[in-house]
Amino acid sequence: MTFLTAQRIGVSYGDVPILERVDLRVEEGALVTIVGASGCGKSTFLRILLGQERATSGTIAINGVPIAAEPDAGRGIVFQRYSVFPHLTVLGNLMLPAEFEGSRVLGRLFGRRRRAAREAAEAMMDKIGLDHARDRYPAQLSGGMQQRLAIGQALLKRPRVLLLDEPFGALDPGTRRDMQAMLIDLWRETGMTVFMVTHDIQEAFHLGTRLLVFDKIRHDPQFPAAYGATITYDIPLRGQHMSPDAGAFRLDAEPAVTNAGNPFLSRATSEETQP
Amino acid sequence: MRLINRYPSRAMRAALGALPFAGLLGAYAVASAIRLAENPRDKLLPSLSAMGQAMYQMGFVPDRRTGDLLLWSDTFASLERLAIGIAIAASLAIVFGAIIGILPIGRALFSPFVAAFSLIPPITILPILFIVLGLGEAAKIGLVAIGTAPLMIRSLAQGVLDIPREEIVKAETLGASTWQIATRVVFPQLWPKLITAIRLGLVPAWIFLISAEAIAATEGLGYRIFLVRRYLAMDVILPYVVWITLLAYLIDRLLAGMSRRLFAWAHLSGEAL
Ligand SMILES: Nc1ncnc2c1ncn2[C@@H]1O[C@H](COP(=O)(O)OP(=O)(O)OP(=O)(O)O)[C@@H](O)[C@H]1O
Ligand SMILES: [Mg+2]
Repeated sequence: MTFLTAQRIGVSYGDVPILERVDLRVEEGALVTIVGASGCGKSTFLRILLGQERATSGTIAINGVPIAAEPDAGRGIVFQRYSVFPHLTVLGNLMLPAEFEGSRVLGRLFGRRRRAAREAAEAMMDKIGLDHARDRYPAQLSGGMQQRLAIGQALLKRPRVLLLDEPFGALDPGTRRDMQAMLIDLWRETGMTVFMVTHDIQEAFHLGTRLLVFDKIRHDPQFPAAYGATITYDIPLRGQHMSPDAGAFRLDAEPAVTNAGNPFLSRATSEETQP
Repeated sequence: MRLINRYPSRAMRAALGALPFAGLLGAYAVASAIRLAENPRDKLLPSLSAMGQAMYQMGFVPDRRTGDLLLWSDTFASLERLAIGIAIAASLAIVFGAIIGILPIGRALFSPFVAAFSLIPPITILPILFIVLGLGEAAKIGLVAIGTAPLMIRSLAQGVLDIPREEIVKAETLGASTWQIATRVVFPQLWPKLITAIRLGLVPAWIFLISAEAIAATEGLGYRIFLVRRYLAMDVILPYVVWITLLAYLIDRLLAGMSRRLFAWAHLSGEAL
């Protein structure tokens, strides 16, 4: 059965159509990468999936149920920026989801439950390789570390859908490869469905199980803003998880040298080599 | 090297910073000496030593009538009014700033009202306060509170709106309720902004305090200045002005330091005055 169904999605801001007639069916556990020209509406599409904004027309359903009209814990998000809380340390950021859940009024846990939350946060901290930065504030982290924190924080709620808006856009190639490997590992582990917007076409090809290209199909040369974009290509990919001949699709055809020190990554690589 | 790239050393910076003060003081001393040479009984520009003498009287010799050390009782009375007035304004600012900033419904309800209210010149409210609250402390404190609250409310509401929308959405995806978003995401980020708002509010607060004291009070820095004005006692007025300025400066520095100490995370990037 199809997991997520989007039917005839259209979005306009005022009179300006941004998206039109977007139809999409996605299986559970897919890693959908999304590319398209700047300003064509990729972020808008993610905001619609998230429930942050409502489509002007059309419906989106998960397992046949229309999605909630506001963001909820079932759908995680990592924005390009501002995804973590600047007034909390790394540990504080990672404990926050448990505190939200465990204490409706105070939003704070104490005693045994606090310890449990801290242990879960520390496990995630370890997984995203930030255990050495435990007590630092986001402003004291590099861009890559902040994005790792944002991803780890989003994953703590075990969302069934994870939305990533150019999560690795501002990172250098080495760090980017680390982060991609981390994402793949976490994705495999959780079985969640991932939508990832990227401007890096290579990244889109080698990470995804499916690639969507957003573009305008109709053009009015007099009036460039007359039509919205839609999905123009929908390409099934082998993705990272089902590549028996790992060599063919390995993103790190250059060996994963930079990551030797990262326990997280070496785990990912060793798994990959097993059939 | 270009002038724009020449940075003074630490000692040089201190010296440069002191220069205008020293210049003003020197100019005053010269002008005062010239006038006093012409007329030893001139009251307009008293000599520095005469001012020192007057301040010694105010600060260390008990007043003949009340037995108080006037400088300190004036200072205490003024600071108390200022503190209570600012505390009331700050409380209002937190409550209404948060409601306006966090809740779209609250924004629709209060934002136009606060915007309109903040345009009332507070001094015009003073007579009303005196009539309604009498000539006691309440009217003076009320003026400080009313004069600064709208400004602080708007500053805090804007502070909430300046929190990136992404953070709020992120909190929602982590399962937070509106209340939890307010208490764990918004308020912790609001405290340093509250301090900034208080520092901003203190500027008009001093004006309103001195004005209210000038009109109806029996002690206070503003009261004293306007009292001795009748005797052209520049030797008291000028040092009092300097003293008020110094107090305002120290309070501002104290608040800035407090913010840096208590909310280190808010001061990690960028430099602020
Ligand atoms: N709130 C808004 N009001 C009006 N127009 C908007 C609004 N938000 C976005 N747009 C417009 O919608 C279009 C799509 O924006 P969107 O952010 O989705 O693009 P994008 O594909 O994510 O681009 P990029 O790759 O640069 O991030 C843009 O042309 C933008 O100008
Ligand atoms: Mg975008």
